[in-house]
Amino acid sequence: MGVGILVEDLNAWYGTTHTLQDINLHIPANHATALIGPSGCGKSTFVRCLNRMHETNPIARATGIVKMGDIDIYNDASPVEIRRRVGMVFQRPNPFPTMSIYDNVVSGLKLNGFRNRRILDETVERSLKQAALWEEVKDDLKKKSGASLSGGQQQRMCIARALAVDPEVLLMDEPASALDPVSTSKIEDLIFQLKSQYTIVIVTHNMQQAARVAENTGFFLNGKMVEFDSTHKIFTNPRDKRTEDYITGRFG
Amino acid sequence: MRVKFHQSLDDLKEKLLVMAGMAEQAIQRSIEAYRTRDLSICELVFRAEPSINRLEREIDQMALDLLAMEQPMAIDLRFILSVIRINADLERVGDQAVNIAVRVREMGAFANIDLPVDIPKLASLSSAMVRKSLQAFIEGDAELAESVLRLDDQVDEMNDAAFYALSTLIKEKPELTPQSLNALIIARNLERVGDHATNIAEDVIFWVRGADVRHNSSVI
Repeated sequence: MGVGILVEDLNAWYGTTHTLQDINLHIPANHATALIGPSGCGKSTFVRCLNRMHETNPIARATGIVKMGDIDIYNDASPVEIRRRVGMVFQRPNPFPTMSIYDNVVSGLKLNGFRNRRILDETVERSLKQAALWEEVKDDLKKKSGASLSGGQQQRMCIARALAVDPEVLLMDEPASALDPVSTSKIEDLIFQLKSQYTIVIVTHNMQQAARVAENTGFFLNGKMVEFDSTHKIFTNPRDKRTEDYITGRFG
Repeated sequence: MRVKFHQSLDDLKEKLLVMAGMAEQAIQRSIEAYRTRDLSICELVFRAEPSINRLEREIDQMALDLLAMEQPMAIDLRFILSVIRINADLERVGDQAVNIAVRVREMGAFANIDLPVDIPKLASLSSAMVRKSLQAFIEGDAELAESVLRLDDQVDEMNDAAFYALSTLIKEKPELTPQSLNALIIARNLERVGDHATNIAEDVIFWVRGADVRHNSSVI
């Protein structure tokens, strides 16, 4: 099951650039939460702080508290442990090109030391079914490489890979922006189904997509969270003029 | 900046204002016809109706295209929804003008007598409501729109008084029934014009504030 995420006074820097400023919000468990905002506003940095990827850049640092359930991710757990609990899907599908579909899906488990064939088989089937890809690839699991799949299939395979380690939170950074409308629709259906089991945070530039899949939406601007509210409120009657200007295209 | 989209919103507003001008003119003409019993003015009202109906369809189509092609959000979405509703109300205002003109034409067959109802005053009040609600739409002024809602009670009261006075007259002088009934229906038509102005004002408040104040509610 997903867990709620509590963010308190989160600040982040790249070198001397203050990219996130005093972010406070509560992301509810088992919901999809969308983050919107113009390029460079800090939304991707924000999600990278949620799985401690931000700190992998040597000039980057972050302060503040991020709690997933009862765990303070910066003080109570290692980055490796956090990344097992927090799956991530990126803008472009990133299969391991030389691995089969099967090995792509279980790569995280294998890295964590799982070798039991039966568990790996079960995990591949469960994850691919959750990612709505099983029926399309079940006969080619070990014959085909992950890279041989279509873009939409690759992205769903990457989602299956993220789900295989049984995370509590799924971060998606523009997961459908490189996909055609049919594949995009499949990813959105997937998000809708997965949120009953996982807490989903999705960064998107596609506001209609945010409106379709997320219960809550946050608007970032210049490193600050301008507004966080129900998606319905944000897209019909936002409180802040800056949010309204952005979503109605009057920005800048 | 979505320049083309915002230009289209301006075009939609402009077109609705043309429609508003035609509906307002139709009501004014029908009341002028009542006042003067000039049937040629009734003809002008009848002839204008198809143009109002055509504009209604064009505005709906423009709004539909914008919804389908531009996926408007927030204040833009509320604006387009308001335009669709106001458009329907204006078309109904045009229908009320036609109904009044039909009654005036009927009254022409009978003697012109003094009736215990001040139709021009009722017309002036309901027309003022329409004018104010449209002014509120032009300026995006929710406070002005609120002032329209308060006028509706006055129009209702005048209509109730007209109903009482004319039904009493019918009882007392049955030979005046045709004139009285026609005047009663005209009063009712004007009361409906006030209701349409109220709807328009509520739509302006919805557009500007995002608040649904219909049926005495305030849901945001």
